[in-house]
Amino acid sequence: MAPKTLYDKIWDAHVAHQADDGTCLLYIDRHLVHEVTSPQAFEGLRMTGRKVRAPEKTIAVPDHNVPTTLDRLKGIDNEESRIQVDALDTNAREFGVVYYPVDDVRQGIVHIIGPEQGWTLPGMTIVCGDSHTATHGAFGSLAHGIGTSEVEHVLATQTLIQKKSKNMKVEITGHLSPGVTAKDITLAVIGETGTAGGTGYVIEYCGEAIRNLSMEGRMTVCNMAIEGGARAGMIAPDETTFEYCNGRPNAPSGKTWDAALDYWKTLFSDDEAHFDKVITMKGEDIAPVVTWGTSPEDVLPITASVPAADDFNGGKVAAAQRSLDYMGLTPGTRLQDVTIDAVFIGSCTNGRIEDLRAAAKVVEGKKIQEGLIAMVVPGSGLVRLQAEQEGLADIFKNAGFEWRLAGCSMCLGMNPDQLGPQVRCASTSNRNFEGRQGRESRTHLMSPAMAAAAALTGKLTDVREII
Amino acid sequence: MEKFEKLTAIAAPMPLINIDTDMIIPKQFLKTIKRTGLGVSAFYEMRYNLDGSNKPDFVLNKEAYKDANILVAGDNFGCGSSREHAPWALLDFGIRCVISTSFADIFYNNCFKNGILPVIVTEEQLRLLMKDAEKGSNSRMVVDLENQNIETSDGDVIAFDVDPHSKHCLINGLDDIGLTLEKVASIDAFETKMAQSAPWV
Repeated sequence: MAPKTLYDKIWDAHVAHQADDGTCLLYIDRHLVHEVTSPQAFEGLRMTGRKVRAPEKTIAVPDHNVPTTLDRLKGIDNEESRIQVDALDTNAREFGVVYYPVDDVRQGIVHIIGPEQGWTLPGMTIVCGDSHTATHGAFGSLAHGIGTSEVEHVLATQTLIQKKSKNMKVEITGHLSPGVTAKDITLAVIGETGTAGGTGYVIEYCGEAIRNLSMEGRMTVCNMAIEGGARAGMIAPDETTFEYCNGRPNAPSGKTWDAALDYWKTLFSDDEAHFDKVITMKGEDIAPVVTWGTSPEDVLPITASVPAADDFNGGKVAAAQRSLDYMGLTPGTRLQDVTIDAVFIGSCTNGRIEDLRAAAKVVEGKKIQEGLIAMVVPGSGLVRLQAEQEGLADIFKNAGFEWRLAGCSMCLGMNPDQLGPQVRCASTSNRNFEGRQGRESRTHLMSPAMAAAAALTGKLTDVREII
Repeated sequence: MEKFEKLTAIAAPMPLINIDTDMIIPKQFLKTIKRTGLGVSAFYEMRYNLDGSNKPDFVLNKEAYKDANILVAGDNFGCGSSREHAPWALLDFGIRCVISTSFADIFYNNCFKNGILPVIVTEEQLRLLMKDAEKGSNSRMVVDLENQNIETSDGDVIAFDVDPHSKHCLINGLDDIGLTLEKVASIDAFETKMAQSAPWV
């Protein structure tokens, strides 16, 4: 048999039909649903009299619009947000899908609760009307975002019409230096490939530095595969993966677990498997990084200075100038001299327990700069609970952070958590696009530890000087 | 879905690279539960000042381009969020075709589901088309899906590739779900097989 990549293996195991022109119907094992990209899809089903084909494989949760303030159970003030969350509530109950409503302690960001509840398992195909579905690839599953028309297609048929992508390998060798985390890996890779570098590919991340990451770290890496343009990112499952999955509410148990484990252990790229593109980076070469511009590819080590537009070539010159103007930055300024107004710790990229531990470690026993907007938004109700039990919540509160309820929050500001014009934020989220956290707001992406360090000094800060 | 056969229209130049779906339709407009009505909000922050007035420099605010049905755009158009509100907003504005050197994967797929044709050309071809688009309302570009080519106002013809299945659906305005449900026996068989071999799924 020809050697296969991990992606090849999962793809081949899910082709339900192949047409003569090569177009495949790919069977979908898990369909995650949130309130923003699903109402039109459910409405489409209603108009055509169709049902959800596999409601037991369809998991819905409101996350983008939900307020994160402690009084949120009194209801949502914004009428459009309330209508959208209400629509999900109605649709989930009417079509009988698995549902975690806003008052359920298990509610949270869809990409955090999928793994947490054991819906996400190795070898699966997982989709969601959300580009950060790539997160679930950390388990050695094929997971990617889809549009609303495709959401309706999956609801009705449990399949997607797909053409196979190409294979890319991103290998991170060796070890990470102190202060360097999974977020720095994934940002550094995008800095290397550019935001279109992965277009047409599925990335498999591998190498010793990836192997040494926890599941939380692996999810952070895969989460941002989309920011590199890739359809999906994935990491072959291993003992770390199996240990994370074992005992989760929806993971198999007993003999079924044993059978699943036998299968999961076959999920790796064969030695001679062909990759269309290979990128290798040394773990030791990766520094704590931040973004300076309005594209996730605008990545620099924290020790660098703001670049000039003419440091770039082609269309990037105009784009970089636009970014510098938008971000209000002068070329040559040391990144560590850039002062910030806000800190956001959370999101599907960095809202897990390990992220909160890393940030708490930096601020423990200290006070953040006065006057900063600073919030920690756990990725799920259960992460919040665990963080409270571990004493992390008290550390954040004592340092001066707001301690919020779970949701997407200020990653994109569909709920009230938004920044004002020209407000500059150290953020653990995934996108620094113009207007992302609020109109004319300025986002610098970084790891939780780096964001915590910035909160202490009020400037972009090298966490290595604090730890 | 409206059919796409041949489009003769004004093309608007948007040479900026990495135009993301947050720029095409910002978050505050994602709260709708409908597909329609987003055209007025397309490119909101690039198009309107904070007081709601038009930014005169934005291409689609210019008299010459207010009726444009084609966008000629910089590399990596539609990157970022999977929001299908982006093609919905473009369509509602009147855009039926976007031409660029590359598109983000999800946006590219979303276009086909909504009767919008995304066309990938080379850098050199994009330069030529961008120049043609800069001529404004006096020129028309012709995008012919059946014959897979674009003709500029000067008569230059550029051929392009498109996936046969997507082309078929777009030309005939076909609903994907209906087509897939014709293969429901294959899906049933697959499910039965998987229930045996992978009961944990």
